Amino acid sequence: MAKTTAEKIFDAHLVNEPFPGTKVLRLDAVLCHEITTPIAIDDLIRRGKDRVFDPTKIKAVIDHVTPSKDTKTATQAKILRDWARRHDIKDFFDIGANGVCHALFPERGFIRPGYTVIMGDSHTCTHGAFGAFAAGIGTTDLEVGILKGVCAFRQPKTIKFNVNGTLPKGVYAKDVILHIIGKIGVNGATDRVMEFHGSTIADMTMESRMTLCNMAIEAGGTSGICQPDMTTVNYLWQFISGDFASKEAALADYSQWCADADAEYDKIIEIDVTTLEPTITFGYKPDQVKTVSELAGTPLDQVYIGSCTNGRLEDLRIAAQILKGHKLASNVRGILSPATPAIFKDASKEGLIDIFMEAGFCVTNPTCGACLGMSNGVLAEGEICASTTNRNFMGRMGKGGMVHLMSPATAAASAIEGMIADPRKYL
Amino acid sequence: MKTFGGPVLFLDRSDINTDEIIPAKYLTEITKEDLKPYILEDLKLPGFDPNGPQTRNARVIVTRANFGCGSSREHAPWVFEVNGITAVIGESFARIFRQNMFNCGMAAIELPANDLDAIFSHANDEDASMNIDIEAGTLTMSGGGKQRIFNFEISPFDKALVLAGGWVDYADLKY
Repeated sequence: MAKTTAEKIFDAHLVNEPFPGTKVLRLDAVLCHEITTPIAIDDLIRRGKDRVFDPTKIKAVIDHVTPSKDTKTATQAKILRDWARRHDIKDFFDIGANGVCHALFPERGFIRPGYTVIMGDSHTCTHGAFGAFAAGIGTTDLEVGILKGVCAFRQPKTIKFNVNGTLPKGVYAKDVILHIIGKIGVNGATDRVMEFHGSTIADMTMESRMTLCNMAIEAGGTSGICQPDMTTVNYLWQFISGDFASKEAALADYSQWCADADAEYDKIIEIDVTTLEPTITFGYKPDQVKTVSELAGTPLDQVYIGSCTNGRLEDLRIAAQILKGHKLASNVRGILSPATPAIFKDASKEGLIDIFMEAGFCVTNPTCGACLGMSNGVLAEGEICASTTNRNFMGRMGKGGMVHLMSPATAAASAIEGMIADPRKYL
Repeated sequence: MKTFGGPVLFLDRSDINTDEIIPAKYLTEITKEDLKPYILEDLKLPGFDPNGPQTRNARVIVTRANFGCGSSREHAPWVFEVNGITAVIGESFARIFRQNMFNCGMAAIELPANDLDAIFSHANDEDASMNIDIEAGTLTMSGGGKQRIFNFEISPFDKALVLAGGWVDYADLKY
């Protein structure tokens, strides 16, 4: 029978089907951070089950509030740190080595095509960029994942997105996914996998594919999934070169996870990117989108570049290209959070950090930071932020604050003008 | 098994998200009980008061579509649990929120829009109350001297989780 990528992964990882429609899957990676994991750890201790199913398949990072800002967050970090040591979890990333989970773990080669991945974080769907089934789950599912290495899912249906055409100047993966969410709505993909195909995706870097898949959850999607190809192999090659005789051999192996041409889909949606414009959210839901032309001139108080959506090197390069030789408008504050230490170092080597600092940006350590208003970069009541993050819910970045989601290019242009601005005139 | 039913809190809007249910700044609390004061703190709805008696006495929430969208934070079901709310009735739920409810042994029950309209007609009844029978798949809405029974379906797996009291005990036994 012809299958989608998710169906192939489900079949290959099936432990059992305890009830019709519910499948329990074996997990290849259980990812943990300091916000949703400590309560799972405490509960396991309380139950007398302080064990892990396989310390090599568990990866952990302190990323949401780091360095810790108060006793409570220091305690959360400590619970995770002590647990990782106690169970000999080697892939644990603390201060100095830590970064935003959905940028850090792929960068370390932890995610491979065909994998099943869970994390107590809704943006886990990011990792589907590698041709994996990657789903955000709650603390209880995480707890069971840690203990048993399994997770239960309803077999999801799949929506196929055929995304075709060359991206116009100033239009990026972020604009594509905002456009798609605007088209299908915030629950347009609930209980569905969003499988991305087409020439636009084939031309995208892994970084761009991660940006795309990152926001699948904003349409309700269980996972975004891209088809593994030579771009995937090239990204992973430094980690897998010992496993395959050649890149072609790796590609041949990974291709087993590509959807069959005659697989059955819940829906097939065609997206022509050639007419897309830079796209921005305007309300408090990620499906409320307009083009930059419609929103240009909207006043701003803060510009934030970073996060699991758009804090990667490619994003910093695009923003720096626009910012070079410019200053932040006097009415805005600029904050840059490179998503990982490696990105920070590379950006520094390339001179990008200098460009941001000369423009007047504050550069923070790698952290989830302002995105969810948990640590730094919080907005005051009534303030507005142009942000490269993924969620514009009311109060997300601080009570009474408002967020406009956009690409790093649009954010950079907006930083220069102090209001929402079209990046195309700077390119 | 938890008990289900009692006074109803009506939240008449779709897409109520997890940041509205429990803002991220409270995710640094280490115990579920510490979340209790912050229930629905950032939700802005006409006539809704997160500290009012309707919120604080509620045992059931009735809402519209895509409830619980956004974050994976299980703090959303937990803040309901520690406030005595063990069931949410809506037209649809975000997947992670729905699973988190059942994983905690609580219920996220979907009803068609017209059934919800009928239930929302009790929104101004001071004695609005619901009784939920998970085994039978029925809920009884009463208020203003009227009463009506609705049928619902939850998946066999989700029902097993409610009966087992949650996913950890169930999984530890079976896997």
